[in-house]
Amino acid sequence: MTQPIVQARNVHKAYDQLEVLKGIDLDVAPGEVVVMLGPSGSGKSTFLRCINHLESIQQGAILVDGEQMGYRLQGDKLLKLSENAIARQRRKIGMVFQSFNLYPHMTVLQNIIEAPVGIHGESRADATAHAMQLLNRVGLADKAPAYPRQLSGGQQQRVAIARALAIRPKLMLFDEPTSALDPELVGEVLATMRDLAAQGLTMIVVTHEIGFAREAADRVVFMDGGVVVEQGRPGDVLVNPRHPRTQAFLSRFI
Amino acid sequence: MIGKDRVNSAKAGDVTFRDVSTAHQQFRWGKTALWLIVVLLAADFLWAIANNENFGWATIREYFFHPEVVAGLWVSLGLTVVAMILGTILGLILAVMRLSDDSLANGLAGIYIWFFRGTPLLVQLIFWYNLSTLFPTLGINLFGLGLGGWDTNSVITPLTAAILGLALNEAAYMAEIIRGGLLSVDKGQAETASAFGMTRGRALRRIVIPQAMRAIVPPTGNQLISMVKATSLVSVIAMSDLLYAVQSIYNRTFDIVPMLLVAVFWYLIITSVLNIGQGYIERYYGRSDRRNSAAAAMQPTGEV
Repeated sequence: MTQPIVQARNVHKAYDQLEVLKGIDLDVAPGEVVVMLGPSGSGKSTFLRCINHLESIQQGAILVDGEQMGYRLQGDKLLKLSENAIARQRRKIGMVFQSFNLYPHMTVLQNIIEAPVGIHGESRADATAHAMQLLNRVGLADKAPAYPRQLSGGQQQRVAIARALAIRPKLMLFDEPTSALDPELVGEVLATMRDLAAQGLTMIVVTHEIGFAREAADRVVFMDGGVVVEQGRPGDVLVNPRHPRTQAFLSRFI
Repeated sequence: MIGKDRVNSAKAGDVTFRDVSTAHQQFRWGKTALWLIVVLLAADFLWAIANNENFGWATIREYFFHPEVVAGLWVSLGLTVVAMILGTILGLILAVMRLSDDSLANGLAGIYIWFFRGTPLLVQLIFWYNLSTLFPTLGINLFGLGLGGWDTNSVITPLTAAILGLALNEAAYMAEIIRGGLLSVDKGQAETASAFGMTRGRALRRIVIPQAMRAIVPPTGNQLISMVKATSLVSVIAMSDLLYAVQSIYNRTFDIVPMLLVAVFWYLIITSVLNIGQGYIERYYGRSDRRNSAAAAMQPTGEV
């Protein structure tokens, strides 16, 4: 058995008095596609942001590729890492945001090669070639010189996916990638994500798209109230949910 | 344009639909009369000034490119450029300090801004010029342990006092302008940069500052124009800027008003040129928006 890419143990997170995560355990194997479902406020987006340490956790531990995110062991003591050291840890994780967050002052191509050239030290020529290949893959090769605001929401999100892929991530995090899109634009983004899943990319996807979970997920994790209520193969969890809260959640989509 | 015939022929009840593309602008008598009166008054005013001997137009023409005036002009321009560059760099550092979580950096920047915005520039200039009365020597002197230093009077000349005074004062204002600009950038941008493993410095340089520039440039243009005029204050510490040059001429010739007008015209010329430059810079930083105006109108993609 190979080492999991993500290992989360007893993860707790609170904003002041409000406890958002109440002890999450989750392992994600290389190549696995995990879809996290659950009602708004269940903590699934927060958990995703804890994985790459955009949010710090108060208890428990998260390891990505064997490294504890945000901390290092010195002898027997666990020390907080500096901002720059945490930045280095994040470099193998790609992320796609709900609101796309493309850099509006850069063209599509510049958006994609910014991290490979500036952070990963790739040559501009190599990064550009790779970027064009990725743009081809998401069907937007002709948009390379465009600025983000010239694109539709769905196109922007596909560029954002290409931008995340450009760093050759070991793990991709999708934070509600289709929630900010007009309904007719959701399909093109999900199609791109299904391709990636089929190609063996390790993905954790927070979404409300049950259909995507059914077709592309290896495992569905259902969260509610800051805990994992139920998880398993989509064929089981989505078809025959055992927990009443999963049943209640899914009944709204049928 | 679109189906003109159809629109013209469309009728609903007794209402006739007349195509708006055939509409005419009504001639506005009141507005035209007002224009005429204003132009007439302005012409009369200009005529009166041009024919008023007291303005000394001949003197103005004679001294406009006088070597002393031109030298003073260069001093004013040089001071503006140097003080503005130093002030902007220091202002950027102060703005970043002010926004940091570190309470020491934040507090120090806060005190700096409080002091330099809270005291008149003229007083600050005179203070720097007279620094030697407070500290005869400059150097590191922790609690009286002398660690070498320089004679203050040899360091603080009118030039260094002028640069110090203008730049340090400017930094306080620029810090607030830059801080406002940095805050205007969507937080998701810095977060995205950090999710991609950028260090804070790089995220600031590559992602946040370029977007903040659109909010920073217009008030900075304002500051630059203020600075051009603020340099005239250095005449009080015997720095031979434009104002000092015309003053020293009218002290000899007693052509006070004509010489002041020479300075006024030069200040107006400089600020006009700066206004034009500002327009170009604003267009540069707005380029990602502009190329898009047609596309944006067709498909509202929303602010990201």
